Amino acid sequence: MAKFKKKTKADTNIPTSALPDIIFMLLFFFMVTTVLREQEILVEQKIPQATQLQKLQKKTLISYLYVGKPKNPSLYGSEPRIQANDVLINTSDILLWVNQEKDNLSEVERDQITISLKADREVKMGPISDIQFELREADARKLMYASVGKVENN
Amino acid sequence: MGKRSRMVQEVNAGSMADIAFLLLIFFLVTTTIASDKGILNILPPKQDPNQPPPEVELNERNIFNILVNANDQLLIEGDFRENTDGLSDEIKRFIMNFGNPDEDAVALYNSLPATLKAIAGQSPESSDHPMTGGAVVSIKTNRGTSYETYLEVLDLVKKAYFEIYAERVGLSTDEYRTLSGQSAAERELIDRGKESIPMAISIAEPDKIGS
Repeated sequence: MAKFKKKTKADTNIPTSALPDIIFMLLFFFMVTTVLREQEILVEQKIPQATQLQKLQKKTLISYLYVGKPKNPSLYGSEPRIQANDVLINTSDILLWVNQEKDNLSEVERDQITISLKADREVKMGPISDIQFELREADARKLMYASVGKVENN
Repeated sequence: MGKRSRMVQEVNAGSMADIAFLLLIFFLVTTTIASDKGILNILPPKQDPNQPPPEVELNERNIFNILVNANDQLLIEGDFRENTDGLSDEIKRFIMNFGNPDEDAVALYNSLPATLKAIAGQSPESSDHPMTGGAVVSIKTNRGTSYETYLEVLDLVKKAYFEIYAERVGLSTDEYRTLSGQSAAERELIDRGKESIPMAISIAEPDKIGS
């Protein structure tokens, strides 16, 4: 029994030399995933909830349209407006904008362009259907209603 | 001199973690993990102004009518509703009704798993078969309908279809929906789910009255 010596003193020091490495690893993860917002959103964005979400694979094919009430009503009024890139546009400008976005894609991908419609939940269907009509005219028929996941209660 | 060189030269690395923490917190705060998620919808091709839209003759029983008015109230198959409870199941039963199946539809019915066969009500007042031209879900809104309600309805219609597709291939609805189609096996699963049951969702132009 003498073989099993009782440990008299436990080594209580936790080695912390690897801590910076762990933190750095986390840091790099967030540095890589971060997308610094390069454009300011000028309209209100309360994205509606839905359950049947699908994810798009190719992000380069997506162009974003933001729809909502302007955050600065004294400048832009209180009616819902459309924002493309960093300016507010009218419904009639969508055709031009889609064509510009299509020009940024390679020729084979042009007809696969997907418009992600980030509309505020308070927007009415009137402006939305006007946008859809313009998108049909512009032959950008893949449309995604951007929405966030909803927790189902059943 | 000799004494100094023998001393262990070690940079104090204790504050390194603090610096890394600071950077970490900065990126944590500024990160918005891009969420490109949403409900996909394929718009119909543009209309030729010289040609009237093609008239599609469909029997009334083959159309599942969902009307949403400017007050976000629903009229589903003629019944007034305040909310969308149970709508997805009704749509599912409508699509899979098989009221008047032709030869192909009978073959389709026989290929279905038992859980889907069970919901086939075969009611003569509901859809003929789930194949092209057999069952259409129509959503009509008003210009004053809120986008949120419209999306909620569209979401439920999509849910009904995805549930059918998922049951056909024996996956859960979430699993089926997240199939990316990047590998051949996944594409095969997606196609097998959809085969002969197209997502026939008709979204009518909103009307202007009462907005």
